Amino acid sequence: MRRLNRDRILSIALITPSAVAILVFVYGFIGFTGFASLTQWDTLFPDYTFVGLRNYAKLFTIDRFQLDLRNTVTFTAFFLLACLSVGFGLAVLIDQRIKGEGLFRGIFLFPMAISFVVTGVVWRWLLAPGTEQTGSYGVNLLFEQAGLGFLRNGWYTAPIIWHISSESTLGILLQSIGLGFLANSKFGISWPMLSVVIAATWQMSGYTMAMYLAGLRGIPDELREAARVDGASEFQIYRYIIVPLLTPITLSAVIILGHISLKIFDLVVAMTGSGPGFSTDVPAFYMFDTTFRGNHFAEGAGIAMIILLVVAVLIIPYLIYSARMEVQQ
Amino acid sequence: MTASRLPRPSRLFRPQRLLIYLILILAAAFFLLPVYVLLITGLKSFQEVNLATMWAWPRNLSLASFAKAWNGSQAEGFRGLSGSFLNSIYLTVPATLISAMLGSINGYVLAKWRFRGSDVLFPAMLFGMFIPYQSILIPLVQVLQRIGQITKPLSATLLALAVPPALAWFPPWLANFVPAYGTIGGLILVHVVYGIPITTLIFRNYYAAIPTELVEAAKIDGAGLLGIYRWVLFPLSMPGFVVVIIWQFTSIWNDFLFGLIVTSRPAVQPITVALNNLAGSYIVQWNVQMAGALLAALPTLLIYIVLGRFFMRGLLAGSLKG
Repeated sequence: MRRLNRDRILSIALITPSAVAILVFVYGFIGFTGFASLTQWDTLFPDYTFVGLRNYAKLFTIDRFQLDLRNTVTFTAFFLLACLSVGFGLAVLIDQRIKGEGLFRGIFLFPMAISFVVTGVVWRWLLAPGTEQTGSYGVNLLFEQAGLGFLRNGWYTAPIIWHISSESTLGILLQSIGLGFLANSKFGISWPMLSVVIAATWQMSGYTMAMYLAGLRGIPDELREAARVDGASEFQIYRYIIVPLLTPITLSAVIILGHISLKIFDLVVAMTGSGPGFSTDVPAFYMFDTTFRGNHFAEGAGIAMIILLVVAVLIIPYLIYSARMEVQQ
Repeated sequence: MTASRLPRPSRLFRPQRLLIYLILILAAAFFLLPVYVLLITGLKSFQEVNLATMWAWPRNLSLASFAKAWNGSQAEGFRGLSGSFLNSIYLTVPATLISAMLGSINGYVLAKWRFRGSDVLFPAMLFGMFIPYQSILIPLVQVLQRIGQITKPLSATLLALAVPPALAWFPPWLANFVPAYGTIGGLILVHVVYGIPITTLIFRNYYAAIPTELVEAAKIDGAGLLGIYRWVLFPLSMPGFVVVIIWQFTSIWNDFLFGLIVTSRPAVQPITVALNNLAGSYIVQWNVQMAGALLAALPTLLIYIVLGRFFMRGLLAGSLKG
């Protein structure tokens, strides 16, 4: 009995260093960042004069930050859509008992082993549009050579923002119901951001495929057979049986991909930076820029806390849900 | 989750199967496109680098771009990647091993020696895996700088060591490992700390799957906490270690943000930061950039090719489902 007690204490002693490290480096540091965001620390030298929520109020009036929010929404929406559909599609195809399954899986998944920086450098080159003088580069050149010249475009260099024009019928309609502010490029879709989405999807859709494939393999064949006996078509089987059964996988994928897209930094830095007219700027890059290049520490801390808050809203329910699921098992 | 099962009879007719293969092959082409460009651009000689033929296979294979990306060019004024490649190895290997060990012990305690509060501690630790690191960077730099002030005498002593001239490189090299701001040691510390959640998660799930009867039997035989770990769990841990080591090696090697923030001197920068600098300077030709990108990707790609199976497991563990 004495031995057991000693082991109890020892077990807690073993985990204490890690627990303390997490307490300090995660929770303590977050607390400090939160505190710094409430001060007027605006140079290399800390100034902890308390200013309340002033930094936050100011942030939301800054054009760059508003554009960052727009870009993050664009990126997250298209990235999730692309990864989930490509990942699910590939998983379903691979699950059809095909030859060379291992090879295809390997090809779709290998980008996960690569750094976002490498991905960014390569895709920057692939999607470099070229100029009048040099002719087309990269993918544009490929389009040209394949007779698809009409697909050529400026990719991440063309500062095109799709948005509702204030002169269009819809824009006028929105104005008449007091939503005129929506007919603005700040509520648009940034075309350069979609180049980054292509690169990110290239990197992450294989991962989504792997998750779906694991899910598909976990569905017993009897279920499909039973549905087939009842006369269901292949499409109906997927629509009414497989997809609903894969909901937990879809949820996990949305959380994982979503939190990656909200934090996205490396890929943007390596591929485009802020882009023309901040068209590929994201909060994480703004935070880095303003804090470590501009020494506006309080402002940077504010941006960091906003990113954290959005990620936490996504992650914390998921962690609680996962913990509950485990207790049930 | 993965289950071996009887081969399912092919139900789809031939034309449909052809379509499946066609789509898969097109998708594979999309995934391999960047690799193709990396390879052919990197393998071209400087004379052959021409935008009009950038998609064509090189006529003469040349490793000149790789040599230039590795060694740099004094004349053109850019650093090669050789130094930072080594930095990344010095950083990744110790950080990976330390965090695997820590994760194994944490996972053991959380799976087999649960105590009051461990149900709260575990998810609280996991949260650290998802946070945007921007939210900890400011105090991190401050603390590392403070540690740097404290460890200054240690670094100074190392640098003042009287060693034979042939070993003159050794003390400064060693001083880079004193954990602080702007050193490889500091980066190791950061990666070990922020690696705790994922390594703990993987090991906890791994050990949870090992029957508790084994532990109970060892207890009856008189083994204590450490004995059970050493003689029962640890010998069974190899697959867990492989998964964690691959996962940590890949993520530490591929990390950019911490490298960028913690190391300001090129002498201690990891390869991702150096590659970004190389690619960001307009004087460096595309073929050198591509060769550099391939060099930076090579170690993790090799691991993926050789140990892909375990890589998969790590990935799926990262999504919280063991």
